[in-house]
Formats: sequence, structure tokens, C-alpha cells
Amino acid sequence: MDTMLIPLEHVLVVASILFALGLFGLMFRRNIIFMLMSLEVMLNAAALAFIAAGAHWQQADGQVMFVFILAIAAAEVSVGLGLVLQMRRQMQTLDMNTAIRLKG
Amino acid sequence: MSLALFYLAAAVAVGATVLALTRANAAHALIYLIVSLLGVAVLFFLLGAPFAAALEVVAYAGAIMVLFVFVIMMLNLGEESQREERALLNFRHWRLPGLLTALLLAELVYVMGNSVSPIPSDAVLPKQVALTLFGPYVLGVELASMLLLAGLVGAYHLGQHFLARDRGYNN
Repeated sequence: MDTMLIPLEHVLVVASILFALGLFGLMFRRNIIFMLMSLEVMLNAAALAFIAAGAHWQQADGQVMFVFILAIAAAEVSVGLGLVLQMRRQMQTLDMNTAIRLKG
Repeated sequence: MSLALFYLAAAVAVGATVLALTRANAAHALIYLIVSLLGVAVLFFLLGAPFAAALEVVAYAGAIMVLFVFVIMMLNLGEESQREERALLNFRHWRLPGLLTALLLAELVYVMGNSVSPIPSDAVLPKQVALTLFGPYVLGVELASMLLLAGLVGAYHLGQHFLARDRGYNN
């Protein structure tokens, strides 16, 4: 079991596919919970690219970046889900199209 | 062999992500998203990052997804969600996530049963990660802690109304 057997390009292709899926999800879905999930998928794809690069060059930096991405995802999700609850309370909907005006 | 495991886990991760982002039901989507994160955790493991794989399962698929579960459960209470729960117990709803997770479990059992150590010989081990994290990246750790504190304060502020209602007074 040698990590060198897995070509870096293939991992990056998987990470790109995941990132693209997240991006399409973010653009096509209008439900705010699904948009948050898409953001999670995109952050995760970026983490996969970091880990792949770290493994390719045998450096710990990739995993350090993964830890930072984890912290960012946790902070983003906690604030995002707080906004979901507020949006539900104030507008009785989770549809982003009803929340396009910042005030009103 | 590691290559075949990699492609299988990558296929599971991508497939589960597609299914997650095309569901109409948020609870169903969440199950697929968790499967996708577990698949990515297997990828991390095969890439020689066992610490990141463990963090992915514990913190990402565990803690962060539980936040989503809490919010989804908070948003649909009552009769509607009870019918939903009863429908979720139906086998056909968790057949596909179950199959995908079973694939990942089969990979795990295969790797564990192998006489060769499951961790790749050239893996970047947690000790190295810790030395790097608290060595050259210690400023980043401080910034991450500030970010988490800001997230905590922001979430508390946004959720204040719900906390106040539970304690029985209005503000």
C-alpha cells in the first residue's frame, strides 16, 4: 500500500468534480439549507485537493490546511444555520428568492 | 490494489454528492451528504492522511452534520415531521445510502483484514501534522480560534430569540 500509486492528477480530478457539483448546487438550488450544503461540498473538495498535494510531496502542510478548513466550515455553518432560523422566523420561508432585498 | 479502493471510494463520494444535491427532501439529502463525507474520509486515508480521515469522520460527518440535523428537525415539527419519520423507516428510502455505506464498510474490512499495515508506508502521521501546526502555523491556529469565537458570538446573537423563548420571557 503505497500512496504514490495514486496519481495526483486523478485525485485533483475527483476534487474538481466535487467542487463543480457544489458550485452547480449553489447556483441551481434556491433553498438556503441546500445552498449551505453545497458550500460544505465545495469546502470539502478544496480540502481533498490540499490533502492530495500534501500526500504527493510528503508534507504535513496539506493536513494543517485541512484543519483550518474544518475550523472555517464549523464557523460558517454555525452562523449560516443561525441565519436560516432567523430567515424562517421573519419570512416563513427558506426560499432565497424572497430574501434578495437586504432590507424590508 | 490501493488504486481500485481509491476509485471505488471516489465513485461513492461523487455519486452520493450528486444524489445529495438533487434531493427535494433536506433530511434525505443530509444522509447522502454524510455518505459523501465518509467516502472522502476513505480517500484521505488511502492518500496517507489518517489524522485528516479521522477528523473528517468525527468533526465533519459527526459534529457539523449534526448541526444541520438539529436545524432541519427544528424547522419541521409536528404532524408533518411525524409522517416524515414514519416514511423514513420505510426500507426503500435508506436502501441506496445503506448500499453506498456498505461499500465503504467493505473497503474498511478489506483493508483491516489485509496483512499489510492499513496505513501507507509513506503516510504523513499525526505527529508531523502537530509539529507543523504548532510550529510555523501557530499564527494560523490563533486566527482559527478567533474565527471560531466570532462564529460562536454570531451564532449566539442570531439564535438569541430562540434561547429567550425557551426560557419563557420575551426580549
